[in-house]
Amino acid sequence: MVSDVARGLHLASWLLFILLTKLASLLARPISDFLKESELSMYHKEKSIQIRSSASALYNNLSVLRIAPRSLTYFTVVHANVVNMVSASWDGLNFSHRQLQSKEGNIAASSSLIMQASWCVLPSRELLVLTSQKGIQMYESDGSIMVYWHALDIPETPTAQAVFARGIAAVRENYICVGVSSGSVLVFDVPSKGSNIMLSEVLDEHRESITDMASECSGSLECIADLVTADDSGILCVWKSGEDFQLLNKIPGFDVCCSSVKLWKGTVVAGYGTGQIRLYEAVTGIVHAEINAHARWIYSLDIAPFSGLLLSGAEDSLVRVWHLTLIPETNSVEIEHLYSECVTDTQVCGAKFCDGDGYAFAVTGYDLSEIIRYTQA
Amino acid sequence: MSSRTLPLLFINLGGEMLYILDQRLRAQNIPTDKAKKVMNDIITTMFNKKFLEELFKPQELYSKKALRTVFDRLAHASIMRLNQASMDKLYDLMTMAFKYQVLLCPRPKDILLVSFNHMDAIKDFVRDAPSILNQVDETYRQLIEIYTPLPGGEFQLIRQTLLIFFQDMHIRVSIFLKDKVQNSNGRFVLPTSGPVPYGTQVPGSIRIFSCSGEEVKRLQFPNGCSYTSALREGSFQMFGERVIKLGTNMYSVSRPVETHMSGTVKNSAQHTKVNTAPNPLAKEELNLLARLMGGLDMEKTANTDSGFRVNLFATDEEEEEAFISRPEELSYEVINIQATKDQQANAELARIMGEFTEEGEPSQSPSDKGEDLLAMMDRL
Repeated sequence: MVSDVARGLHLASWLLFILLTKLASLLARPISDFLKESELSMYHKEKSIQIRSSASALYNNLSVLRIAPRSLTYFTVVHANVVNMVSASWDGLNFSHRQLQSKEGNIAASSSLIMQASWCVLPSRELLVLTSQKGIQMYESDGSIMVYWHALDIPETPTAQAVFARGIAAVRENYICVGVSSGSVLVFDVPSKGSNIMLSEVLDEHRESITDMASECSGSLECIADLVTADDSGILCVWKSGEDFQLLNKIPGFDVCCSSVKLWKGTVVAGYGTGQIRLYEAVTGIVHAEINAHARWIYSLDIAPFSGLLLSGAEDSLVRVWHLTLIPETNSVEIEHLYSECVTDTQVCGAKFCDGDGYAFAVTGYDLSEIIRYTQA
Repeated sequence: MSSRTLPLLFINLGGEMLYILDQRLRAQNIPTDKAKKVMNDIITTMFNKKFLEELFKPQELYSKKALRTVFDRLAHASIMRLNQASMDKLYDLMTMAFKYQVLLCPRPKDILLVSFNHMDAIKDFVRDAPSILNQVDETYRQLIEIYTPLPGGEFQLIRQTLLIFFQDMHIRVSIFLKDKVQNSNGRFVLPTSGPVPYGTQVPGSIRIFSCSGEEVKRLQFPNGCSYTSALREGSFQMFGERVIKLGTNMYSVSRPVETHMSGTVKNSAQHTKVNTAPNPLAKEELNLLARLMGGLDMEKTANTDSGFRVNLFATDEEEEEAFISRPEELSYEVINIQATKDQQANAELARIMGEFTEEGEPSQSPSDKGEDLLAMMDRL
């Protein structure tokens, strides 16, 4: 009887030992090895979120905002002249919908098409920014109140060069930057509350329409560059923010449109119309890597800043997850492919992680009236 | 969005319309001389100098309804008549075919090659009529001059503008269903195999560079698809091999024209609501229409003895059935500018159209004109 108990205890402790050593060896390995093993089953499809109207084919046509204190996630998707907004509770039980029209100053409804909708997270406040053919609107994050409207200069008779705003980024403490079809980048100074938003600077380095822009997403204050802007000709401008924005570097394009761009720990990640992704050191413009990632035009990139996971979505109906690794010894960045998902018969136009680790991501596609979600298995 | 979209939309939809009419004229054994006349008349109207001048001016795309009205008139530019159900079907086929081509074209710039495929076919339709051929060539030159210098990003904007125009249209077309390029829910099949677009590499490789720019590592990853390398680039000149097949004639007597009607499965009610909401641009849109129509120089008196009717359905009964059973959300609510029933109204409209033509630019109080035309249409 006593010996039985002793033997049982012995067995249990032995099992525990094996378990612990196994765990230790797992932890000792780089995260990417671990992820690679489970490559095929890394993410699984969750229940989709229905939206009121289908997504239009526009770059980066999905924005996600996590509201941790209320256990909610907000999503926005653009449909022609309407923005679909959904707030989803984390338990997956409650969804509430709202639609925002593109307003032009005080004209309530309009047919002007919206190019992009994106949440801007500043330390003091969160704003929802809409860009359209007529101008730029900034709303409180729940879409309830429009706090600011900036009209674009519209010629009386339409010109061959289209007029619109596209490319939205929140930079550091108090700046929201928005791109314009002329190539200008508008810098708005946003107070911690109230509607006294001011256009503080116009950056004129791009000659072609702005496609996208991104601020440093790692939150690291050591990085010198804190904004990258991209245009139709593939040129990337790297900026240091401040009272006067300072151009740190202009990375030449090769006449291929750069449709989506991200900035992570001093590395620019750029997605192109040829389906390529390129990694550049922001300040020097040195190319770290070139990936033949997609068979068609890339529409969206996103980075999970805590894990270094990169998400890419393209017209070829694929979303792919990559892992970026900084190698301090050689001052370089490596990238490897982790996971692919084919969203059958859907030209992907928006793909965003839902959290900072890349545990879950969401996808939208042209003509699709749902947001498809994937979560790590 | 892009203000250069309308000419491409019009030419490609027009091209598809001609393919379908050509097939129907032959299938219904219309005498060759009459069939020839119909094709020539429509092409002459389509490539009317004044009309194209208006068309090529930078402008926004207006509603489906406005464009449908233009095509209604264009289809009736000759001695051939189509009734409502056949016209609806014709327009469904045209729009779904071009939506497919826009969605599938490998690069946004290839929309131009799709247009050239249509233009090449149109030239072939009028190969024995030198004066019409000249007219078409003139537009061809204009297309090349305006569009070939545009960068890829600009074409993507044109493509995105077209995709917004075609958004939520999921009409099933039997020829596409048979070819397995359309699913039963009306969505098109996107292939994940075959040649990649010109200028794109087959996905699956990663190149890592050192700080001095040397390639230090080359990795492969499974791309999960079966792509092959790109074909050569098609010709953007007036002549030459276009390489891509999108935009060529997919109909033949052995492959008849048919459609299955199906509304947008969901959201349809809502879209209908959106469409009928008062549009602040309505007046502007009417002005555009009036300007376009002013350019459409019609053979005004459709000679009733030599006129004939073309049916897009196998039988008249089928046509009748389609008219009755058409889902409401698919109704185009056409602005009935034709007004063929009422001779008097027709004359009055012709007078208004005439005024527009003379004015050229509706510079003098265009809003009043808009109201006149609106009131006019209410009465029709």
